[in-house]
Amino acid sequence: MSEWWSSGLGIVMVGTALLAGSAGVIGSFAVLRRQSLQGDVVAHAALAGVAAAFLAGARSPFGLLLGGAVIGWITLTLASRLHHHSRLPLDAVQGGIMAMGFGLGLALLQHILTHVPDAGRHPLDRYLLGQAAQLRNSDVQMIAGVSMLTLAVVAGFWPQWKLLAFDPEYAAGLGLPVRWLDWGLTTLTVAVVVIGLKSVGVVLITALLVAPAVAARQWTNRLGTMVILAGLFGALSGMSGTLLAHLLGQQVSIPTGPTIVLCASGWVIVSLGAVRVQQWWYRWVAQRRSRRA
Amino acid sequence: MPELELACVLAVASAACAVPGVFLVLRRMALVSDAIGHTLLFGIVVAFFIVGDLDSPLLLVGAALTGLVTVILVESLQRNRRVKADAAIGLVFPFLFALAVTLVSLGARNIHLDVDAVLVGQPEYALLPRWHWRELAIPPVVILGGVAALNLLLCLLFYKELKVTTFDPEWARILGYSPALMHYGLMAVVSLTAVAVFDAVGPVLVVGYFVLPALTGLLLSRQLLGVLIWAVGVGIVGSILGTLAAAHWNANAAGSVATALGLLLALAFLISPYRGWLAQLWRRHRQRRSLEEILLLVHLYQHEGTAAEATEAAIPDLYRHLDWPADRVAQVMERTLHHGYVQREGNLLRLTPAGRQQAQQVYGNIRPESTSEPGGCSPSASSPSIPPQTAQE
Repeated sequence: MSEWWSSGLGIVMVGTALLAGSAGVIGSFAVLRRQSLQGDVVAHAALAGVAAAFLAGARSPFGLLLGGAVIGWITLTLASRLHHHSRLPLDAVQGGIMAMGFGLGLALLQHILTHVPDAGRHPLDRYLLGQAAQLRNSDVQMIAGVSMLTLAVVAGFWPQWKLLAFDPEYAAGLGLPVRWLDWGLTTLTVAVVVIGLKSVGVVLITALLVAPAVAARQWTNRLGTMVILAGLFGALSGMSGTLLAHLLGQQVSIPTGPTIVLCASGWVIVSLGAVRVQQWWYRWVAQRRSRRA
Repeated sequence: MPELELACVLAVASAACAVPGVFLVLRRMALVSDAIGHTLLFGIVVAFFIVGDLDSPLLLVGAALTGLVTVILVESLQRNRRVKADAAIGLVFPFLFALAVTLVSLGARNIHLDVDAVLVGQPEYALLPRWHWRELAIPPVVILGGVAALNLLLCLLFYKELKVTTFDPEWARILGYSPALMHYGLMAVVSLTAVAVFDAVGPVLVVGYFVLPALTGLLLSRQLLGVLIWAVGVGIVGSILGTLAAAHWNANAAGSVATALGLLLALAFLISPYRGWLAQLWRRHRQRRSLEEILLLVHLYQHEGTAAEATEAAIPDLYRHLDWPADRVAQVMERTLHHGYVQREGNLLRLTPAGRQQAQQVYGNIRPESTSEPGGCSPSASSPSIPPQTAQE
């Protein structure tokens, strides 16, 4: 083993790959249903949940993230209820509530720093941008558990999700419990976003849902292929991003979230470029053919 | 008194954001302000690497330009058939933000540009003098005030144009206004405002300052001017309340102001006379009551003068014919008696002329008067019998 490699790095890479892979899978549905920014709302609001859980006495990562998940889920429901009852535009309501949750989280963080004696030993501000280097075995086990659960649920109810993604009215007409399915997909999104908080952070996790899915969408028109490709793109971004942060960060500490997002965005740029090249190629072939004719 | 100064800074910031925020929300572009807030960091970092001076006003120019670049990037992505509007926003801002954070971590090692500190708005910084112009130290709050004034001025000057292009872009084009010009003008104003409030608010909370007061205004007024006034007022009140709360609990002021703005939105949603939750409950309650009264009147009207009236209109039997619980029948009867639509005649409940008119208004809509020809409900026969009041309802 060369000197930059360590078994800790391997564990971290497995963790981020699993995380970004399952985010890609779930994100495909979010993108197709035009709810790409759902994850953004959950993540920002989850900061308030993490801080509140800390104030309530939770210290384990699981307890903190559970707080984040609960608040994230409540926020999402609140936004959709408010939109439904007040007829205010949904995007604005989501943006506003997201900022409110994040603001509350920031306010609580500062309060914790000054008022809770053992706050220094638990760097909560790592949740802002993520520090994958601090992932431990237990964290990776949690990530693995949630990822497996996500994949199992997606595979288990595949026809239902497919119908929900493309034609929810028809699904309702067939008698599928659309509300429950919707609820299930939201819950899975919340779960994936929240387990990603520690490695990618609240500000950037939305990119892990959106970028692999958009990149995969460029290559195919089939849902199955898209979901698998998105998972693959996500997993590769997670691994390469972690590695990048590790290599760049030999002297300074670099948050992993941004590097993973940069890798995922790289896939989008490559995919968009590939589509463009393909268009040029088709046009060129068509021109040649018409010239010959 | 430091709290007072902080409250002033944040009040000016939220007033500056509230005015363009209303138009952003109305144009369904609220999340563009979120994207701009995040990408400003990228502009500031790039400008810093070019200029090499953290206190140069050129950083602001760079940031403002990035806002426009963000909008153009998002729009060009949306032109791709396979990238939807929400996904385009979700792609652009994390990318530029991640790039900015990585650059800061890599390159800005030896200068004071702490990532976590940049993420969190620090209203205290806005008070420190930062730019120097001919021996004159200018704190950012002066620029903030200038931008707020500029926004108000532009809003007043282009009020008509903004209004038309926001609510009916096609009509605006026919009138000779340019929706595209207004669109990019608004985007430029949003970028400039976001830059001005960046110090005080930070990149992530910007969207809240734009959107939350605007949403509150939309709940509280149905006129554009009223919405704008409410939004600015709510922004100022929220800033003061938030700063006081922050001082009390020793919390971050920018964050607690965002929370206060959100709570004010929740309050407005509860008590707004137009779209508020309580108003909706009350309206539904009143509708149910009046529907019950109408049903009773129509029931009586249907059997008026027929042989069955003696049983159908008998007060003790009413609950069976209407299929209601007995106590509800009693309540509805009490109310219709009070309104003077019915009167008691021994055991029977009979319509008064006013009650008959009410029943006819509803009943006439459903079927024409003449029941002699079943199913012969020609539109020409029925439409004149619709009274104008119900047609308007």
